[in-house]
Amino acid sequence: MADKKYSEAIRDVLAEEMRRDPRIFVMGEDVAEMGGVFGCTRGLLQEFGPRRVRNTPISEAAIVGAGVGAALAGMRPIVELMYMDFAFIAMDQILNQAAKIRYIYGGKAAVPLVIRGQQGVGRGNAATHSQSVETFFMHIPGVMVAMPSTPRDAAGLLRTAIRGSDPVVFIEHKALYATSGDVPSDSDFALPFGLAEIRREGKDVTLVATSFMVPRALAAAGKLAQEGIEIEVVDPRTLVPLDEEAILRSVKKTGRALVLHEAHRTCGVGAEIASLIQERAFRWLKGPVRRLGARQCPLPFNLALENAVIPQENDVVAAVQETCRDG
Amino acid sequence: MIEVVRLMRIYESMLTIRAFEERAKRLFERAVVRGSVHLYIGEEAVAATVCSLLREDDYITSTHRGHGHCIAKGADLGRTLAELMGRESGYCRGRAGSMHIADVTRGNLGANAIVGGGIPIATGAALATSLKGTDQVVVSFFGDGAANQGVFHESLNLAALWKLPVVYVCENNGFAISVPLTQSTSVADIAVRAGSYGIPGATVDGNDVFAVNDAALEAITRARAGAGPSLIECRTYRWEGHWAGDPQVYRTREEVRAWKEKCPIKRLRAYLVDHAGRSSEELDLLAKRVEQMIDDAERFASQSPEPDPASVMDDVFSR
Repeated sequence: MADKKYSEAIRDVLAEEMRRDPRIFVMGEDVAEMGGVFGCTRGLLQEFGPRRVRNTPISEAAIVGAGVGAALAGMRPIVELMYMDFAFIAMDQILNQAAKIRYIYGGKAAVPLVIRGQQGVGRGNAATHSQSVETFFMHIPGVMVAMPSTPRDAAGLLRTAIRGSDPVVFIEHKALYATSGDVPSDSDFALPFGLAEIRREGKDVTLVATSFMVPRALAAAGKLAQEGIEIEVVDPRTLVPLDEEAILRSVKKTGRALVLHEAHRTCGVGAEIASLIQERAFRWLKGPVRRLGARQCPLPFNLALENAVIPQENDVVAAVQETCRDG
Repeated sequence: MIEVVRLMRIYESMLTIRAFEERAKRLFERAVVRGSVHLYIGEEAVAATVCSLLREDDYITSTHRGHGHCIAKGADLGRTLAELMGRESGYCRGRAGSMHIADVTRGNLGANAIVGGGIPIATGAALATSLKGTDQVVVSFFGDGAANQGVFHESLNLAALWKLPVVYVCENNGFAISVPLTQSTSVADIAVRAGSYGIPGATVDGNDVFAVNDAALEAITRARAGAGPSLIECRTYRWEGHWAGDPQVYRTREEVRAWKEKCPIKRLRAYLVDHAGRSSEELDLLAKRVEQMIDDAERFASQSPEPDPASVMDDVFSR
């Protein structure tokens, strides 16, 4: 075990995997000398050289498209998008191309491409640099989606993404990069996709939370415990595939459920999870499944305004209390 | 110059594409082929000539008008037609259809129904061969419409910057669906756009096998030698509408007739008879043989089973 920052955990896995497999290379904006705007590729240029650690022009569609083509031709590209908001510029290549190729080619081609980048609030980056965009990738079939909330998960899931044969949208969070935690030192440490983690056990309410909302959920859980409310925090870790059984198991135990994410509430992942729960665990429910997500406006710059849009710890506490009053 | 053996291969490839497309059109009109079919009739010289210069391990990316590229790169006619008919024995098990057909084992990375969608993919495949240190090259076929997509410009810049072994072949057939070049494109010659990226660009008569060959040979040789990408604009014309069934209100019968006079197959045939010592009888016999191959392909495709609906969730992911 080693205590690492989330960004270091990512950097170390990239380096370890590049040492292991010469087909892996990294490309993106400012990933070489600068080591990425968030430092996740720091030192890779020095170790692996400019052929395998490639600065690119600001051409997201071409960068992702080149990743698709290189993957089809036998390489294992890792493309960094500086902000996940920029994925919209490359959406054709992600969702029309990468996501569909294996299927529409009748299983006769593979696109082992990792597209990684960060999203969310935390730096006052405002409307086009703070969004949470996972829903788009979960909706269209063909890309896997990971959203690690701890350094350990970032390491384990990234390794699985890199070693797999499918396109993966690997969504990091800018406010998590500086957080620290234990990461196994084993250079084969990998976590399977589709396996949720119970972050905290509890008997009263199931709280499904993703990414940066996981620490917020845990903080709220601490407060609620003082009132005698024990919440169970389920972190799906990957959205595609989604560990439906873990969510359902927890709900069947607690009988109450709340889904929390930073992305907009409307058509968010919470809507899908809430629907899953009512379809498959209705008889166990003591009341309605609630959702907490960003309000339906663009993310404002001002901090007080931003906080008013994104669920805060107090909002989580209040929503859990309301959920407990049902039934 | 092109040696006669290769000229005959190009000629056979063009005849095959023409016969395949005519058959595809009939099958579409009889609703045996569903969806949409974009025919390559009139443009055969480009795919046949460029692909005659490629090795089996070279890559291409293709377009919605992609049957010609597929056949010229060596695809089996039966499995190609079976894919158009949505059969399990098709190249993509009936999942792709006309607009997405691929044959990755022969280096065809796929038709692409998003205009320009294949251009960055070709660029990435060239990055792969460059990183692997092989001398494989990549040809990206696309139309004049795609030259106005952002990814065209982004990809040319990237390939020029990284000296990638890719040849961008623009099949300028004069129309982006119904919109003529003069209404869609800021320059008269698309090839001049190569200048913005510091790479060679050439505009050639796309119905002239020799002109296409000269430009493609130079570009492919350059790419294989590691000297970087090129852009070739092949001026040609599609005889059919954008898709089979297009009412074609945007052009006159006279214009189409004039281009039919410039038929690339007729032109090469005249050359073969006049300058390469081939007899009309021999060439007629070849045409008959091609027609038989198309009959065989149709028989194979028609007799192939439809995919099992129970298999519809196969291959979304690897596991």
